Amino acid sequence: MADPLLEIQAVSKSFGALRATDDVSLTLLPGEIHALIGPNGAGKSTLIQQVAGALVPDTGRILFDGRDVTALGTAERAQAGLGRTFQISALAMENSVLQNAVLGAVGASRRVWRFARSVMRDSDVRSHAEAALNRVGLSDVANMRVGELSHGQRRLLEVAVALTLRPKVFLMDEPMAGLGAEGSARMTGFLDGLRSEAPILLVEHDMDAVFALADRISVLVSGRVIATGTPADIRSNAEVRTAYLGEEGLS
Amino acid sequence: MQRETVLNTLVFLALPAVAAIALVLDEPFTITLATRAAILALAAVGLNLALGLGGLVSLGHAVFFGLGGYAMGILASHAQSYAPLDLGLFVIEGTKSMPVIWLTAVVVSALAALLIGLLALRTAGVYFIMITLAFGQMFYYFTISWPAYGGEDGLSIYVRNSFPGLNTLDPIQFFGLVFAVLAIVLFIMGRIERSAFGLALGTARQNAARVETVGLSPFHLRLVAFVISGAVTGLAGALFADLNRFVSPTMFSWQMSGEFIVFIVLGGIGRLFGPVVGACLFVLLEHLLSGVSEFWLIYLGAILLFVVLFARGGVIGALVGRGGHHG
Ligand SMILES: Nc1ncnc2c1ncn2[C@@H]1O[C@H](COP(=O)(O)OP(=O)(O)OP(=O)(O)O)[C@@H](O)[C@H]1O
Ligand SMILES: [Mg+2]
Repeated sequence: MADPLLEIQAVSKSFGALRATDDVSLTLLPGEIHALIGPNGAGKSTLIQQVAGALVPDTGRILFDGRDVTALGTAERAQAGLGRTFQISALAMENSVLQNAVLGAVGASRRVWRFARSVMRDSDVRSHAEAALNRVGLSDVANMRVGELSHGQRRLLEVAVALTLRPKVFLMDEPMAGLGAEGSARMTGFLDGLRSEAPILLVEHDMDAVFALADRISVLVSGRVIATGTPADIRSNAEVRTAYLGEEGLS
Repeated sequence: MQRETVLNTLVFLALPAVAAIALVLDEPFTITLATRAAILALAAVGLNLALGLGGLVSLGHAVFFGLGGYAMGILASHAQSYAPLDLGLFVIEGTKSMPVIWLTAVVVSALAALLIGLLALRTAGVYFIMITLAFGQMFYYFTISWPAYGGEDGLSIYVRNSFPGLNTLDPIQFFGLVFAVLAIVLFIMGRIERSAFGLALGTARQNAARVETVGLSPFHLRLVAFVISGAVTGLAGALFADLNRFVSPTMFSWQMSGEFIVFIVLGGIGRLFGPVVGACLFVLLEHLLSGVSEFWLIYLGAILLFVVLFARGGVIGALVGRGGHHG
């Protein structure tokens, strides 16, 4: 088995008396989609934030690409190759779709300390950004302001910006939310191909998508991982059925 | 966008037009007013990079304005008295040369902006406003209590400093020089807004997490913006002191910082020419209304209130009919 690209080791995080992350360990292997599922408030986003560097774990370590990144900030982890999408879109709402993607390309190429040239006329950066928009199907709305987009389109833009970074690992927090049935199916197809570019740690409530995509699934309940395994393992796991899947009425 | 460009051009050409008409009518005082408007506009154009694009509400930009002013005052006063400035380690000759004074003003205010930014930019929101305000007050009280350069009474320079090839004592020539500086700085600021740096800075204002997620540091972006911003306002300070041939602690006062913000809000936040429109309007109103009533600031306050309540895009926004937009 190949070495994991991402390794979360015994991470815990409390907010006051609430243990939002409770001694969580999991790995992400090259080429896989590892889905993280669990009820609302289970601590999925909190865990993603700690991997991305936006929250500091109380205890435990996060290893990425063979090095301990626990002490690094978000920007440094992004430079190291962590590409993230947010559950609640974090985009520049006043800017155009293309400008948001161009910013990703600027970050990826480390060309931010340029003061004189028009960034939108920088053909390298621009074509890189346009290619990413094209992949998620947003080329038609490239010149619209993000504020005018639907929620689903914003999700797609989040993914497009992550693509411009050409990351080694994707962290995606509910990329299907708000996409609708057809959009979810398209995104499922897209992520299926994306895993060969970089493995994905995928938080998702859409169980059709999760069971169609995941190589492995971890189930998080009240901050703790109660099970990790293949989709078949998880489906037949009694504890998971009572704690989570049962209530969703999974066939 | 088209309409805004037309409006910007008109506003921009209004200044030299007023100066030219005043020259023909032999009204040197009006030329001085236009010069004053251009210098105050320059100071606010500096602040606009931090405030408009970067979202950093600095209530301490008078620090840089004052430092520029005192850079001019101190260098010129030593040239005037033929006594070099002895700093112990090294001795600085005074000078009456504007390019040297400007360079000094820019370097000194950039350094001050770097130090203040390193501290203040670790905070946000109201704490940032308070820290920048506190720095302004420190400089203000320091200059008041420091007798070497006039203390509270300020420092007068008898003859305006010189610029190669110009007679700076001639109001129209000094205006031309100031206007050229403003034009160049506006051009540079326009380029910065459209650059990769400008895009990242504007994004950091809207959503700092987005900037970090693409591997950039909002802190570094803001710090660089703050330094450039302070340097431009410092340059304006040197020109302002030269216009008045006088520097005093009031250049450091928080009211001064507040006026710069007023220019930006009045003209339209986040617009390249917003501070120019705002400063021109301010100087015009000050001139017209202060003759009518000594409480003219009340009228200005009412106008400002109207703009904030009903015309968020400022005067430019009201005339062009669109929200603030960064290129
Ligand atoms: N910054 C915070 N301060 C205090 N409590 C927090 C904070 N962030 C999250 N929590 C709490 O931690 C718990 C886990 O939240 P989290 O957002 O990680 O859940 P989630 O699994 O992502 O849920 P959802 O499926 O609804 O997105 C919740 O009880 C939440 O209220
Ligand atoms: Mg969540």
